[in-house]
Amino acid sequence: MNGDGTREISYLEALREALSQEMRRNPEVFLIGEDIGVYGGAFGVTRGILEEFGPERVRDTPISEAAIAGAATGAALMGMRPVMEIMFMDFMTISMNQLVNQAAKIRFMFGGKASIPMVIRTPAGSGTGAAAQHSQSLEAWFIHVPGIKVVAPATPSDAKGLLIAAIRDNNPVLFLEHKLLYGNKGPVPAESYTIPLGQAKVRREGSHATILAYSIMVIRALEAAERLAAEGIQVEVVDLRSLKPLDKETIARSVSKTGRVLIVHEAPQTGGFGGELAAVVAESDAFHYLDAPIRRLAGRDIPIPYNRVLERAAVPQVEDIVAAARALTYEGR
Amino acid sequence: MSLPDTITEVDTSATASDVEQLVDKLPRERLAWMLQKMCEIRYFEEEAEDLYTRGLVHGTMHLSIGQEASSVGSIAALAPDDLIIHHHRGHGHTIAKGADITLMMAEFLGKEPGYCRGRGGSMHIADIPGGNLGATGVVGSGIPTSVGIALALKMRNSSQVLLSLFGDGAVNLGEFHESLNMAAIWRLPVVFICENNQYGMSGPVEKMSSVKPLSIRAVAYGMPGETVDGNAVLAVYSAVQKAITRARAGHGPSLIENVTYRWRGHSKSDRNVYRTPVEIESWKRRCPIARFKQLLQDAQVMQMEEMDGIDQEAKATVQRATQEALSLPEPSPDNLEDEVYAP
Repeated sequence: MNGDGTREISYLEALREALSQEMRRNPEVFLIGEDIGVYGGAFGVTRGILEEFGPERVRDTPISEAAIAGAATGAALMGMRPVMEIMFMDFMTISMNQLVNQAAKIRFMFGGKASIPMVIRTPAGSGTGAAAQHSQSLEAWFIHVPGIKVVAPATPSDAKGLLIAAIRDNNPVLFLEHKLLYGNKGPVPAESYTIPLGQAKVRREGSHATILAYSIMVIRALEAAERLAAEGIQVEVVDLRSLKPLDKETIARSVSKTGRVLIVHEAPQTGGFGGELAAVVAESDAFHYLDAPIRRLAGRDIPIPYNRVLERAAVPQVEDIVAAARALTYEGR
Repeated sequence: MSLPDTITEVDTSATASDVEQLVDKLPRERLAWMLQKMCEIRYFEEEAEDLYTRGLVHGTMHLSIGQEASSVGSIAALAPDDLIIHHHRGHGHTIAKGADITLMMAEFLGKEPGYCRGRGGSMHIADIPGGNLGATGVVGSGIPTSVGIALALKMRNSSQVLLSLFGDGAVNLGEFHESLNMAAIWRLPVVFICENNQYGMSGPVEKMSSVKPLSIRAVAYGMPGETVDGNAVLAVYSAVQKAITRARAGHGPSLIENVTYRWRGHSKSDRNVYRTPVEIESWKRRCPIARFKQLLQDAQVMQMEEMDGIDQEAKATVQRATQEALSLPEPSPDNLEDEVYAP
């Protein structure tokens, strides 16, 4: 531990610490989901929390994703601060009605006279050999719905600060945790802190091209940037962190500086968030600084396959980002 | 009064004696209030229909004419600070919960001072300070949300109870099953009220549900279930009151089915091609308001003349509210995005 209380802990531990600290701070915060109590959650995020806070506030549910979402929505309407967990993002399809038609709409539909302060935590993404129904990245559906915020942290310290901010936010916040990030370690302050939703972070400065990424693709983009640096190509990596609200200023500033932009995400390309990001760049002043077309590198338009080689081939890997960024850097020169 | 075989059969014998006792037991003012609210609902719905016919309404509406006893009987059994969550055919519940009729009519007309500032309209009237946590337009969607409301009441050790109202169409949704099970395992303070008005849009309940009465489904969740004559306001009151007492004591939810009938079509698109005029007429003869008046007269609680006075006052209330609502300002489209998210 450093003098300022910062230690190296995992993304998963950072999430657990955020939940515990907020539950200590505010008795109206509670957890609800499948197997989050004695089991500790399918990935172990809530392990040990039951022991401290008891079954009333660490509420194991039946396999009922619609009712879980309804229970969170209703409790939030009453002013409590539920943090619901959906075991795999794929299962959110079953929660959609409550989230899209109730949680997201209630405030506006009732004339601004109610609010729904809730968090929906869910593990997303591929890479674990779980095949087509346990590996999806469905964030674009939720970004498209007014009334929901969407957050996708890439590092342990962001995971903690953004989760605490999400719990204190007075709106439904979808909080995406990539399964492959859970074990990643990084420096995380021990005390409670927030990172405001809607602020991107430049993870690495560069002058030749900008990579816009979030969640696990930030980690892969940083590794790609390291390899490209050995070739003399300096890419800037912007970690969006919050997809909605979106930090359009940081995006425009970076792209204006580099004149080239590669958008990277794991979700399938067609209808994915990358299309929106491309439009944001095209509609901004950064458009005038572009030296090459806006490029996207996204998941292929296929369900996630089981086989290790096939699964790797379905979504962008470090070498794919290296190749795409290199090509973009030389494009039109 | 027995209901025809073609509709859900109801055993009203169990509640008949309760009703007789209630007429004697309930304060006269309470009975008068129930009649007043039923009349206000009837006139509100007729006025809404008239405004729509005159082209003064932008959206649709789902009228509850014929279902007044279900709304008033259910909600009259609540304490003032108890809560409701309900559905698109919700004008009656909103009036019974004590809403300001001018603000309701203003919302129906899409006016800024309306309950939802013209953002919700007929299907979404909410009066949160008044304990009306809103109407949902997607059939059955209020049911899972009601689990969370009741969960919050329980976690806060509140003595409040929630009524979760939905129609016969909602009981065939997966959300119904998930929610009643969850409410039952956690013994939540909620009473589920199925207002069986015989049709989910055009779908007759006897063709759409594999069992009847619908309250028998309560068995699957280990909770009490009761089917009552939903056109007899005191029968509804009696059944709901028992369920509320149970819920308030911490013994968990119940499912009550109010068997009733909607006189009007599902919404403005309805051409009434799925039912016969004979059937509609047979239910009009069991008008819940006329029956309640008769009961009060027979029990010598009130004379017809006095009840006609209540009726006419309700009509005047709705007319005044409508005139006032029509004069209220329209909302501005400026800054609409600012209202999507809470600060």
